[in-house]
Amino acid sequence: MKLLTCPINGTRPLQEFTWGGEYRVMPDPDQVSDEEWADYVFNRNGAPGIKKEWWHHTASGIWFIAERDTERDVVLRTYLYSGKDE
Amino acid sequence: MTDLNNRQSVDAALEKNRLPRQAGEWIERNQRVYFTFEGKTYGGFVGDTVSSAIAASGNKVMGRSFKYHRSRGILSLSNHDINTMMQDENDPTIRADVVSAKEGMELRSVNTFGGLESDRGRFLNLFARFLPAGFYYKTFHTPKWLFPMWEKVFRTLTGLGVVNVDSPRIRTPKRYDFTDVLVIGAGPSGLSAAIAAAKEGAKVVLVDENARPGGTLTYDHGGLDENLELLGRLLDEIKRNPGIQLRPGTVATGYYADNWVPLVDEVRMTKMRAKTVIVASGAFEQPCVFRNNDLPGVMLASAAQRLVKRYAVRPGRNHVIVTSNSAGYRAALDMASSGASIAAIVDFRPEGEPSTWHERAVGLGIRILPGYCIYEAIPQEDKLGVSAAIARKLSSTGETEESGSQTISCDTILMAVGYAPAANLLYQAGTKMRYTHETEQFVPEALPDNVFACGRVNGVYTVPAQLLDGDRAGLAAAEKAGCPVSRKASAVPAEAVSPSHPYPVIAHPKGKNFVDFDEDLHLRDFYVSVQEAFDNIELMKRFTTVGMGPSQGKHSNMNAIRILARLTGKSIAEVGTTTARPFFHPVKLSHLAGRGFSPERFTPMHHRHAELGAVFMDAGNWKRPEYYRCEGMSRLETIRMEVRNVRTNVGMIDVGTLGKIEVFGPDSVRFIERMYTGLFAKQAVGTTRYALGLDESGVIIDDGVVGRLADEHFFVTTTTTGSAQVYREMNRWALLWGMDVGIVNATGYMAAMNLAGPKSRSILAPHCNIDISDESVPYLALRTCQIGEVLARIMRVGFVGELGYEIHVPSENGLYVWDLLMKEGEKHGIHPFGVEAQRVLRLEKGHIIVSQDTDGLTNPFDAACGWAVKMNKPFFIGQRSLKIAQNMERKQVLAGFSLSRGYVGELPKESHLVIEGGEIAGRITSITDSEALGRVIGLCFVRPDMNVIGQAIQFRLSDGSMVPAEIVATPFYDPEGLRQKVQG
Repeated sequence: MKLLTCPINGTRPLQEFTWGGEYRVMPDPDQVSDEEWADYVFNRNGAPGIKKEWWHHTASGIWFIAERDTERDVVLRTYLYSGKDE
Repeated sequence: MTDLNNRQSVDAALEKNRLPRQAGEWIERNQRVYFTFEGKTYGGFVGDTVSSAIAASGNKVMGRSFKYHRSRGILSLSNHDINTMMQDENDPTIRADVVSAKEGMELRSVNTFGGLESDRGRFLNLFARFLPAGFYYKTFHTPKWLFPMWEKVFRTLTGLGVVNVDSPRIRTPKRYDFTDVLVIGAGPSGLSAAIAAAKEGAKVVLVDENARPGGTLTYDHGGLDENLELLGRLLDEIKRNPGIQLRPGTVATGYYADNWVPLVDEVRMTKMRAKTVIVASGAFEQPCVFRNNDLPGVMLASAAQRLVKRYAVRPGRNHVIVTSNSAGYRAALDMASSGASIAAIVDFRPEGEPSTWHERAVGLGIRILPGYCIYEAIPQEDKLGVSAAIARKLSSTGETEESGSQTISCDTILMAVGYAPAANLLYQAGTKMRYTHETEQFVPEALPDNVFACGRVNGVYTVPAQLLDGDRAGLAAAEKAGCPVSRKASAVPAEAVSPSHPYPVIAHPKGKNFVDFDEDLHLRDFYVSVQEAFDNIELMKRFTTVGMGPSQGKHSNMNAIRILARLTGKSIAEVGTTTARPFFHPVKLSHLAGRGFSPERFTPMHHRHAELGAVFMDAGNWKRPEYYRCEGMSRLETIRMEVRNVRTNVGMIDVGTLGKIEVFGPDSVRFIERMYTGLFAKQAVGTTRYALGLDESGVIIDDGVVGRLADEHFFVTTTTTGSAQVYREMNRWALLWGMDVGIVNATGYMAAMNLAGPKSRSILAPHCNIDISDESVPYLALRTCQIGEVLARIMRVGFVGELGYEIHVPSENGLYVWDLLMKEGEKHGIHPFGVEAQRVLRLEKGHIIVSQDTDGLTNPFDAACGWAVKMNKPFFIGQRSLKIAQNMERKQVLAGFSLSRGYVGELPKESHLVIEGGEIAGRITSITDSEALGRVIGLCFVRPDMNVIGQAIQFRLSDGSMVPAEIVATPFYDPEGLRQKVQG
């Protein structure tokens, strides 16, 4: 089983975490076209590579960001969401 | 005295091939064990394996092969002798080559008809010509209808062992463990690695699948004592070092992400998490492919050495060694020093052996045939052993030459032509391997972080070099595990001569030159595979089934790759290897089976429900009363009674499983507005409002109630199954929106119950410290009060459509309040009701249950909940998508329906289809026979054009018959909602 490092609780087994999907920036709903909005809601890039993902430490309720290389299945770093879209 | 004499003569017969005491032997000569195999008694010593004990009697035949039922004996004596697999009453997979002989065992061969020696299946051998690889697919699928019959025949003829379904249930313990450095394999390099890592301060666990540590040092001696002395020194050092835990008899069965390695011993599986892993798993000696290379008496050289050195058993009396490396010479010297005669060393290499082992062999007068191979083995007349070997000269292109062919009498042929690295764990860890001609094997090219390799698996074969290689790996692994390292590792010298031959495969027109002993594949099967265009290694594996037997290709994959490379003109690197997956070695299901650990949640009133006769059902992780059993009443009658009692009297249901979330802080109003579709900004303190939650695509994911306790304090309920997700998502959105809100999941620490029915107020009022009249606590009000002696929140709700109070109290007070109200309710005829009654009650009111009456595509407009959606708010989750959906044509809408009054016949069920003009036009989502309404009602999806009051529709039952129904308005019961609003 993989290990994942929560920025608050440290390194824990994967079963303590919930995957929250790819980190995405919501476009301004009032400014985008229907097509752009549908693209944001429905389309994901499944190509292997370095992904920014949401992860949730279930036991403590901590959300954080993990940068994961899905090709090598390696987590490069994890950090708390800073409040800014990066 | 006579008995003793008898015993001694019996033992002498059983020990015919036992040698005098060997230095470093593994057997306890003062402890005899007796067991039976195929009805015959065998004896041995504690420490013997089943195979070594049988071999001690001189018996070489220990099993029959899988397909042709050829007699087979010892091949490797290292856990891949599949043809000598045995079974007792309970276990059909006893690997005789490694399982200890125990007193009283009663063993049988797994694959014979009428006994091992006169196996009636052996006639199949004669038809081998007609049974090439792939013959099943071709011969027996035409005509197709006959295949089931043929399949039955083959399932009987092939297959290994009989499973005893009555065997006792075995529970095995599991353990978790942690270490700095895990060393897999306690051969010379593994021992050296463990010592080096421990000396740098690392905590080391050293495992080896063998009963004792030492690897090749325990048997590969070349007639000298040096290796045994070295082993003694290394083990001494290990024993003295408290940082090393040595665990023999333990198999590392797989490699999982982040250095998680299951370690299986006889008793348990240990789930080991190591900071770093050193794979020192060695190499599997590989067979030479020549005709009749499967006869009992033909074995790997290392198997013969193990037999002699560990168990003091003579493999035979007169040996031929076919070799292409120094290990063959050492094996010859070991056999010679045990007193056997060596008829010849047949060396593939025209230049012969360059090392001093050659001189030592010459010194003993051993005949050496350089540039020769074994063309075939000649069986004894009874086919149960070897009588001679035919050696032929190899041409410069590797063909055998007929002239100069030599027939050499012998009873044993030892094969020492090379190795395949035991790299399975390295592959599983994601190691990139490369093929090198220096050692003619795959070696690690790029190892993952935290994984190291040393010894034979790393292409290092000479003992001094293995010690250095282990030292290097040990230092590196300790450093990576966080130990400051005090010194640098020395360079490891390269191998002077390749230990493996690039193509130890000899063609023969009559075949029976076996490549895979598990699956009885001979060389020709591989030709057929390539002819049939299965010429990729993965395709060839499936077509021929090479490597798919119980030994998983440990003795066959490497030769298969070499053969395929030659047949297709590719390099071995181009051919590549098949994928290695866990488990590396078969693991008994008892080690894998275990109890389920999915949690069950009980509300604080759970045991009271049980006392009241509750029949429980699962709701997510929760156990909820489905209904409360009543003496002399059926389930349906009971549920009807529970419903009736709520409508006419009063009932109480435990709703503590609902999600309960507190939201507070300066941004709490803005936050709730964004999370839910309704309007909450102007919601008065002390009121509740319906809350509908969507996902970003506008699909309904949850509903509940938002109660406002104070300007900046909300109490939100969610569905039972949605609570964890809603809480989680609330936290994420709060983070993303940068809002100043506190979100607390109160689900576990709040108990809740719904007291519902015309008489509910009369029950609650005497115990409530506030006035709960309709003026003071109107419909949808939220109040904090005291019930009995405890603080509570009460909400006027209408889910079941009667006057009712949802009461929330801290869990520890849940039972107290439940009991208090039940007691008070006695004189009013209170009866608890379960989930089934609540479903009927809410359906009569036309209230949806999210995920029963909605699915993964249902938006609020589809579900007729548009009234709960305030599209003119600035923002809520799903709003933008709904703006698009609003303008799209509806495909389905949720509508109420009713069967005709007095309908008799089979009741349609949820998911039965609505059929219109022969097409599917919807489905039933909820249905119930309503006593209050006197007819069957429900909700169904229909095409929007059909959603007209009075429209006739029809449902199709499972048997195809049609049931007419009619679209009707909802709520079905009390459409004005008078009962839940003003009463009492």
